[in-house]
Amino acid sequence: MRKNGTATQEATTFLNARLVDPATGKDEPGGLLVKDGVIAELGGHLRRNAPDRTRIIDCRGHVLCPGLIDMQVFTGEPGQEHRETLKTASHAAAAGGVTTMVVMPDTEPVIDQVALVDFIQRRARDNAIVNVHVMAAMTRGLKGQEMTEIGLLQRAGAIAFTNGKSSVANTRVMRNVLLYAKDFGALIVHHTEDPHLTEGAVMNSGEVAARLGLPGVDKAAETIVLERDVRLVQMTGGRYHAAQLSCAESLAVIRAAKARQLPVTCGVSINHLTLNENDIGPYRTFFRLKPPLRAEQDRSAMVQALATGEIDVIVSSHDPQDADTKRHPFAEAADGAIGLETLLAAALRLYHGGEIGLMPLLRAMTIHPARLLGLPSGRLEKGAPADLILVDLGQPWVVDKAQIRARSKNSPFDESKMQGRVLLTMVAGNRVYEYASAERG
Amino acid sequence: MTSSSPQASFTRRHLLTCGDLTAGEINALLDLADKAAESNRQINKKREVLRGRTLINLFFEASTRTQSSFELAGKRLGADVMNMNVSASSMQKGETLIDTAMTLNAMRPDILVVRHHAAGAVELLAQKVDCSVVNAGDGAHQHPTQALLDALTIRRAKGRIAGLTVAICGDIMHSRVARSNINVLNTMGARVRVVAPSTLLPPQAERLGIEVFTDMAAGLDGADIVMMLRLQRERMQGSYVPSTREYYHFFGLDHEKLARAKPDALIMHPGPMNRGVEIASTIADHSRSVIRDQVEMGVAVRMAVLEAMARQLPNR
Repeated sequence: MRKNGTATQEATTFLNARLVDPATGKDEPGGLLVKDGVIAELGGHLRRNAPDRTRIIDCRGHVLCPGLIDMQVFTGEPGQEHRETLKTASHAAAAGGVTTMVVMPDTEPVIDQVALVDFIQRRARDNAIVNVHVMAAMTRGLKGQEMTEIGLLQRAGAIAFTNGKSSVANTRVMRNVLLYAKDFGALIVHHTEDPHLTEGAVMNSGEVAARLGLPGVDKAAETIVLERDVRLVQMTGGRYHAAQLSCAESLAVIRAAKARQLPVTCGVSINHLTLNENDIGPYRTFFRLKPPLRAEQDRSAMVQALATGEIDVIVSSHDPQDADTKRHPFAEAADGAIGLETLLAAALRLYHGGEIGLMPLLRAMTIHPARLLGLPSGRLEKGAPADLILVDLGQPWVVDKAQIRARSKNSPFDESKMQGRVLLTMVAGNRVYEYASAERG
Repeated sequence: MTSSSPQASFTRRHLLTCGDLTAGEINALLDLADKAAESNRQINKKREVLRGRTLINLFFEASTRTQSSFELAGKRLGADVMNMNVSASSMQKGETLIDTAMTLNAMRPDILVVRHHAAGAVELLAQKVDCSVVNAGDGAHQHPTQALLDALTIRRAKGRIAGLTVAICGDIMHSRVARSNINVLNTMGARVRVVAPSTLLPPQAERLGIEVFTDMAAGLDGADIVMMLRLQRERMQGSYVPSTREYYHFFGLDHEKLARAKPDALIMHPGPMNRGVEIASTIADHSRSVIRDQVEMGVAVRMAVLEAMARQLPNR
């Protein structure tokens, strides 16, 4: 559900900006006028001169780009509000430059009914400060057995359909879901990990797991499901998005599927782009993820695939876990890491490290997810929603869990040095976050 | 309506499928059925075409209307009719289909009317017996007398079949009614459309000589006939269709969707209906609904088929 700009909203002009539009690839100095919640005008002519009676923001040459769209955010609402609510997640999102978050159905109860989609939308409307969309369950209770009311859920506002953190093991169910969803043009987002192969595993199998004495799972568990799914896409013609891939072998499958013009896309989490299994170090549970962190060559393959566009989308996979689920021996802890507030800064590590250009990096968090989900945002364009972020690419800072807005603090980047900071976040023309006022008082 | 095809009468020993019936054969059967319909409206409905003949209704699958329709048709033509519901007897004792057939064959019936849950079972049985066999439904394959009674109902209401647009809506994949109707209607020159969610369409459905729609409003647009199919309960719980509610919303025949069809479009359903699942209750009882005519024509068509077959039966 989109946040609306109000008619009485003050018009705002961003002057002296570096306009970066991943949709067109344009990167040039200019200005931008926001009116009634949308981008009213933009370009070089607004660089120095604002129209009368608008509030002026001097960007001082910093990057002004579309706000980020994060298509994989877990919250605890409903059911686990002590971990995260839509409200707390939205504040974390705003601080991280995420103007649209797509929340996952892995809640209690599972979002598998029209009334629950409606519930999330109402709660988000009343409490969240960024746009919130619902990705509904594609099988009842996420059990992988019976498909949900995909048509009615879509009409109620569900933006896509997923089985959350679990793969559908039953191939016939998966085929029927893809086939049925096709009639509605609905996107199926699937987590690809064979549930039988991953049973009992807590990390990637390999040397590190062998040294740590932890049960690991081969990355083939991911590729096997992905290969099956691609065959089902070929059979059914359904729109398919692999939620988050983690290894080089999976990329080969995606490459082949795309070469055959199949409606297949894929995502990667920021964690799998910036961390590897060695980061687990002395059994640090904040690095226990699903899929697990892989070897360094997998990580660098993911970054390369992002640069070439084989990977379409970066997600935070924000997954709040509390001490009650994380403060355990590694093998007994829960999977997941928060990531909304550090998504952009962590991604910029790749840019500063020379691994990828700014444009392909931003594309995967703006226009690509927007197109996949059919959203009007994610671009700097006249008439597009004024979901914008102002970013100082160079500003150094250190992640401090005391400053983290998310209710749970399980960040793998805690105490990490970052370079690049969101200065201002605007959603539908409303300023929802400002660095100066937040951090400097 | 008189037929003009080279094969102008029905002279087969069995009626197993509509797939190879000619327009001439179909017209001949419908002409006979018209007469039977007329005689069925008289006080004395009894005729003697099948006097002395034995007709066995062999039903391996429960049926109320088809079985009673055949029973009535046989009795009105003077045959001795025996009903065997095998689902409740020998099959449960482990007897094979062929053994059951051979047993019955030894009782020397003249006509066997067979329904079986497996596609192709009736044809297999026909190869093993000496009498005539009528397919009363084999799995998702064929139900020839249903398609003929539908054709008769359409022909009587519209005066023709050729050139009409018929939209068959619902579980096409599992429907023998749909397959039989596609055969007959195509042979008679109608334009056949099917409307269903992709999960209820057979793969490569368009190869059957039909137009395929997954959007019901588009599929009904300008249709002369709206033919609804029954959705089995076990298929609406999330395996093929998420729920009855969702199915009704997108594929149930209601007034809004019906408005897309021609103003004089006929509404048909082979029964038994799930009101509120595939068809709104008020539409089932609509003035353009010919669902009850279908039942009446069912007896007439079955009489026509039995009568045509009686002519082929050996007389010694």
